[in-house]
Amino acid sequence: MDSEMSMTSQAAHGHHEGHEEISWIRKYVFSTDHKMIGYQYMVTSLFVALFAFFLMVLMRWQLSFPGKPIPIFGPILEKLLGSSMAPGGVMTPQLYNSFGAMHGTMMIFMALVPALFAGFGNFVVPLQIGAPDMAFPRLNMASFWLFFVGVLIMMVSFFVPGGAAKSGWTSYTPLADFADMGPGFHPIFNGQTLWLIGMAFNITGSLLGSVNIITTIIQLRTKGLSWMRLPVFVWSELVTAFLLLLAFPPLESAAIMQLMDRLFGTSFFSPEGLIINGKHADISGGGSSILWQHLFWFLGHPEVYVQILPTMGIVGEIFANNTRKPLWSYKVFVYSLLAIGFLSMIVWAHHMYMTGMGQAVTSFFQIFTTIISIPSVLLGTVLLLSLWGASIRFNVPMLFALAWLPMFGIGGLTGLPLGWTASDVVLHDTYYVIGHFHYMMAPASLLALFAGIYYWFPKATGRYMNEFLGKIHFWPTFIFFNGIFFPMLVQGFAGVHRRWYDGGAGWQMAQNVLWLNQVMSFSAWALAIAQIPFIINFFWSLFAGKKVTDDNPWQATTLEWATPTPPGHGNFLHPVAVYRDPYEYSVPGYKQDYLPQWESDERLNKEGKLSQVSF
Amino acid sequence: MEIPYTVTARPDTGLYNAKVGIWLFLASEVMLFGGLFSAYIFLRLGATHWPHHILNVPMGLFNTMVLISSSITMVMAWSSLKMRQFSNYRKWLGITLFCGVLFLSVKSVEYKDKFHHYGIILNSGQEITGHLAMTEEEAIHSDVLKIKPDPENAGDFLFQLKSIFSKPEGEEKVLEIPKKEIRWWSNFVPKYNTYLATYFTMTGIHALHILGGLLVLGYFWGPGAALYRTNPEHLANRVEVAGLFWHFVDLVWIFLFPTLYLF
Ligand code: HEM
Ligand SMILES: [Cu+2]
Repeated sequence: MDSEMSMTSQAAHGHHEGHEEISWIRKYVFSTDHKMIGYQYMVTSLFVALFAFFLMVLMRWQLSFPGKPIPIFGPILEKLLGSSMAPGGVMTPQLYNSFGAMHGTMMIFMALVPALFAGFGNFVVPLQIGAPDMAFPRLNMASFWLFFVGVLIMMVSFFVPGGAAKSGWTSYTPLADFADMGPGFHPIFNGQTLWLIGMAFNITGSLLGSVNIITTIIQLRTKGLSWMRLPVFVWSELVTAFLLLLAFPPLESAAIMQLMDRLFGTSFFSPEGLIINGKHADISGGGSSILWQHLFWFLGHPEVYVQILPTMGIVGEIFANNTRKPLWSYKVFVYSLLAIGFLSMIVWAHHMYMTGMGQAVTSFFQIFTTIISIPSVLLGTVLLLSLWGASIRFNVPMLFALAWLPMFGIGGLTGLPLGWTASDVVLHDTYYVIGHFHYMMAPASLLALFAGIYYWFPKATGRYMNEFLGKIHFWPTFIFFNGIFFPMLVQGFAGVHRRWYDGGAGWQMAQNVLWLNQVMSFSAWALAIAQIPFIINFFWSLFAGKKVTDDNPWQATTLEWATPTPPGHGNFLHPVAVYRDPYEYSVPGYKQDYLPQWESDERLNKEGKLSQVSF
Repeated sequence: MEIPYTVTARPDTGLYNAKVGIWLFLASEVMLFGGLFSAYIFLRLGATHWPHHILNVPMGLFNTMVLISSSITMVMAWSSLKMRQFSNYRKWLGITLFCGVLFLSVKSVEYKDKFHHYGIILNSGQEITGHLAMTEEEAIHSDVLKIKPDPENAGDFLFQLKSIFSKPEGEEKVLEIPKKEIRWWSNFVPKYNTYLATYFTMTGIHALHILGGLLVLGYFWGPGAALYRTNPEHLANRVEVAGLFWHFVDLVWIFLFPTLYLF
């Protein structure tokens, strides 16, 4: 390795920070520094993810051993939530529904998207484009705190009378219009209403965040960083931010309308002649629950891409770095990202084939759903072909990134039959759908999340995470993920319904696949245990991990590695400029196998002409 | 540490940061109101019956004028700043603020009118709208509702105009309807029907936007104006951005007015 050109600048960095005295609270709590905000997002989201995972771990008990008291945690639940929710430590249907709804909501909106889009986005994007910070640092702080308040509201909602929301992460009406209302419920402090208010905070925060990310990328790219020299992660963040910007607001208006329905008795989403608990509902009617579905899925579908696009970016970065080659085709990768982003706005109603929208409408959505798989496949192909002929470095980030690829593949392929009405009619609302989307949203997203953490940890902290612990984190995580989600595809084919608390009639007819419930539950619990090495690794490495000795420990080419380690306020010690494409690895004719974007040819002591080569 | 392009434009985009930011934000606002308008269209297309003439068109028209004027004065305020005429800036922005407050006042009068306007649905399904000839308190406890029905020409522009300034004459006959003939009665609150639900929700969210705009503009009129002394160009940029938001909110109203009042 050539280390002439890069030096550790920790000393310089220490000096750099010395002259800007900011109070502890401004530095760690109400910080406007994009890196600190990135850490805040990341840490908060990881906690939420752990919490939401834990909800599911408990639900898996009910599915494997229906009606039996939950060991260890049952009594705790009974104490915390009251004996109406978990009498004798047994999970009631309400509790099951509420855990299910909150698992989905928190995982998507408050754990994975914030971690991938906002956590990495905040930390990495300004560094990768050579900017001193985000375009609007104070707005950035506001985004985080709006998000954080949203999380708090969701958490608190577990403890209000009647418990947290129970109508699924999709909050379908008219159920959600009337759930958690009536005797025993507070008019405002009830699960579903708090869900809506919490979502309003979350949405507002992510809108401001996406404005910030887009403006930063458009305005603060450093000299020489033209569009086609942007690292793929920056591209993925840009597309994601546009999706959030344009798809979230209709859900915000839908949430407001549902709040109107709940608080002021309007009927936006309630039809005429609705009977509730055997009584004619005292409402004007005239609303439509299909309207809610349209508004929800207009966000809901882009939202799933919001979650997967940043992982594509992360995996792209790590692939290029560890195959020591340029991506097989940067252009195809970028255009695929753009195409996916655009198409994902016009496929939403493939979630609604069962509502009887009519042939014309379903045809439209079937066609575009099929078309969107083309750029998805292209993108996967770019990554796959990037491996061709590479001398791969199998470090921990690369292991996680590699594992992303087959998970994404399974997720995408299982999506296709859902995209066509003929097959979706059979598969809709079964565990098959759950299996399909979890392959994307759990294994793929989380593996990429871990990959990113292992990859950027050295830049953020100045220390590596432990390789060995990383590997014992990786293998069981990868295996048990599949142990949970593959059987779901099988059960779904056998017709097992996705939401039922104790299986109902569906289980009667699917006796021969019920044993898989235990397989899945044990896998889930094993997966929980497999995260312990990660947690230990994370905290141990923060304080005692091996120190990095170079600002560019992975010998990477993108700008975040040109900063001191860890980067101080304002990021770069000297103004940086960009001289080349993002992934110039193994370019013939140079002494080193990587050409950082910030190094000009003169500085890279290019080998001379043939005549100067000595044999 | 300095963020580049907060005041001056970036050469290749020709924009300063906040201007990019506000255009993006407005794009998301378009989608927010787009969601509401789509809901309106969706529900109206599916409705069996859609009420008309419930709103006072002259008032709405007046408010439309007020907002359009405020958009003009907003531009004047900004251009005064660009020409470094501080007292003119203050004056024009002051008028803009006044217009905003006037709009909200008229709007609240309209809301109040609706809360005193009643509808009765008889068991036969027939709907009678009008004003109570008794207090609300009495109406709740009595077995008979006394109501002055709306006259035939309640949708007339001139009639509505007159009704703003004086109590309508003519139709003074009071209907007395026993409650057992009534399926449902209420004043014109959001839950009365889908039309009023959309009316209150859309205009309510719009009014919140006006309020937000007033707060921001008020800040730039008052304490925020101090920036003029150190960096007038920066203040001009901020006012331009706030002005873009203000124009957008006006524009939304220009769509809301015909949608809710006229069609
Ligand atoms: C080639 C790509 C894909 C296709 C063709 C596809 C197709 C579909 C279809 C048609 C459904 C609705 C099934 C039903 O409810 O009956 C669905 C559900 C779902 N998909 Fe995909 N999908 C694709 C990629 C993805 C990706 C990348 C993600 C996430 C990162 C994702 C997440 C989801 C989720 C969360 C649901 C279920 C939502 C719910 O009902 O709760 N999908 N997919
Ligand atoms: Cu979808």
